[in-house]
Amino acid sequence: MALITYRDALNQALREEMQRDDRVFLMGEEVAVYQGAYKVSKGLLQEFGEMRVVDTPITELGFAGVGVGSAMVGLRPIVEFMTWNFALLALDQVVNAAAKMLYMSGGQYNIPIVFRGPNGAALQLAAQHSQAWESWLAHIPGLKVVVPGTPADAKGLLKSAIRDDNPVIVLEGEMLYNTRGEVPDGEHVVPIGVADLKREGDHATIVTSGKMVLVAMQAADALAKEDIRVDVVDLRTVRPMDVAAIAASVKKTNRAVVLEEGWELAGIGAQVVDYIQRECFDDLDAPVLRVHQADTPMPYAKNLERAAKPDAAKTIAAVKRVMYRGN
Amino acid sequence: MEALSPTMEEGRLVRWLKPEGASVANGDTLAEVETDKAIMELVARGDGVLRRQLVAEGATAPIGTLLGVIAAPNEDIAALVGGVAPVSASAAPNAPSPAPATATAVAPEAPAPMVVTTSEGDRVRSSPLARRLAAERGLDLHAIAGSGPNGRIVKRDLDTTVAPATPAAPVVAVPVTAGADYTDIALTQIRRTIARRLAESIGPVPTFYLTAELDVERLSEMRKAMAELGDDYKVSVNDIVLKATATALAQHPEVNAHWLGDRIRQFARVHLGVAVAIDEGLITPVVFDADKKRLRDIAREVRELATRAKARKLKPEEYTGSTFSVSNLGMFGIDQFTAIINPPEAGILAIGAVEAKPVVVGEAVVVRRRMRVTMSCDHRVIDGATGAKFLATLRRLIENPLLLVY
Repeated sequence: MALITYRDALNQALREEMQRDDRVFLMGEEVAVYQGAYKVSKGLLQEFGEMRVVDTPITELGFAGVGVGSAMVGLRPIVEFMTWNFALLALDQVVNAAAKMLYMSGGQYNIPIVFRGPNGAALQLAAQHSQAWESWLAHIPGLKVVVPGTPADAKGLLKSAIRDDNPVIVLEGEMLYNTRGEVPDGEHVVPIGVADLKREGDHATIVTSGKMVLVAMQAADALAKEDIRVDVVDLRTVRPMDVAAIAASVKKTNRAVVLEEGWELAGIGAQVVDYIQRECFDDLDAPVLRVHQADTPMPYAKNLERAAKPDAAKTIAAVKRVMYRGN
Repeated sequence: MEALSPTMEEGRLVRWLKPEGASVANGDTLAEVETDKAIMELVARGDGVLRRQLVAEGATAPIGTLLGVIAAPNEDIAALVGGVAPVSASAAPNAPSPAPATATAVAPEAPAPMVVTTSEGDRVRSSPLARRLAAERGLDLHAIAGSGPNGRIVKRDLDTTVAPATPAAPVVAVPVTAGADYTDIALTQIRRTIARRLAESIGPVPTFYLTAELDVERLSEMRKAMAELGDDYKVSVNDIVLKATATALAQHPEVNAHWLGDRIRQFARVHLGVAVAIDEGLITPVVFDADKKRLRDIAREVRELATRAKARKLKPEEYTGSTFSVSNLGMFGIDQFTAIINPPEAGILAIGAVEAKPVVVGEAVVVRRRMRVTMSCDHRVIDGATGAKFLATLRRLIENPLLLVY
């Protein structure tokens, strides 16, 4: 086990998969000479050359389309978006080309492509650059969407994404790149569609994913001081979702809080709640509650941004409510 | 209008004992109602103010008719009384509506109970988990105070409830209600306690087992004699056992019953589940009204159901709705076994193999064909003696199979 950053874990996954398969190449804004806007592709240009680490113009729709085309003719592209906020311009290629090509070509063209980059809010980047797109992307049949919250999951899931024969969305986090965690030495692959119980408790379940895993763990630590023990179910993949893992935990604890970074309406959490009410109706002792971003564009002002974001305090309050403690 | 006697279909409101505007408490007598049998007291099912009397003294109304409204003093009850025409003893004078509001004119599509809009009513707020646990433990949610929002009963409230609270005033008993094909028996305190204690002791279904060894000499002779009449008359031991079991169940409704958590449902009809082994496991197709069917019909039906069960062609309605089940492993050479009860059924009969063995008849040891049957009983429904009586009837039928045609 090595203690490394989320950034280095992604870098390892890219390097190992490019060594493993010479059809794999990386493309995006500033990925080559500048070594990546967040240095995720550090050293890759030097090791693999400019045919496999390709700088693009600021043309998200264009290079996403080049990626889809190259995947159709046998390459395995990794398309980096500097942030998913910029990727909105490329969604036509992601949703209408990559996600649907296998279906609409009658099975002739697999699109083994990875679209990756940081997602959601960082700090004071304001409304247009602070958006979490999980539910938008997870809505689309034909896409797989992974949301790693730790360095180990980042490495393992990116490797699975690169090896997958279908388009996979990898949602990273700007605030996660510098976080450290233990990553198993040697080959480390995390299967897509399998959740992970990040913490075990028997009083309530927090279902979450991505960057919110850290928030859930903070909440769990604080709750433990009040003798409230929670399960933290890290979905890791939001499409397809590991319903069995959610149900197993809720059947044990009888109470659930769903924590997500994005907005409430039609959010990932709404889908999780739906699975819970279907699978665990007779096991529920309280309504399932959700913690999410306030229903506004992200404010720029520091205090307002803090108020709008889901955090540990809101999560703790929700857990107490499903346990009928306090108010 | 409450059902104040088991056979009552309508009641005449003799007189109101509380005027409109009077404060009433749960259990107060609101009015006198004449049923088909007697004049009974109608009591309040909640606290509040008797805001409206919707049925006049002397008027007759069918069960389910809204008689009045108890609510908080300032609560808006317009939605409750808006659609209900008042029932008067005679046709209402000056009624603007074309249909005069007479007693018989009031026929709500769905029976509406006496509406109580406070949380003290018959509706108990509880979490799904609490309802499930209460049913499993035989607890009456009415007797438990909820600690959640709006008095919702949640899991922790059950955990602190060891026994059903002894009510100061008589708790509203689950009324004995009867459908066409069954009778629901209200749980007495002792039955409730038995159910709870036994479930605590042994798990969700407190099962005990009764084994009897039956003499099947005559049954075997009968089968042989029938087979000699031709292929059309061939029946299996199992067919005869099913016929006998169904006949015995018809005489013992206390065994032909379901455990429903807050009551026991005894069935007037006998729908026999017959366990059939299939490649994927086990399924229990149902012979409906098995007690009324001839042996020949049972034999044919079971054969046909088993064939389709193995082909996985059964429709859901063909394997649900049994009132009691039978499982037979005799053909596999099993002497005796215990079968698992299929809830909410209260019992299952496990049939072993027919085996020739030495038995004492009079003073002599003779070889007789014998068969062991073991009945698994849900103790919440069936007591030892109850099960034993049923098995005695079954023994009489199996050992004297001619009774099956009597």
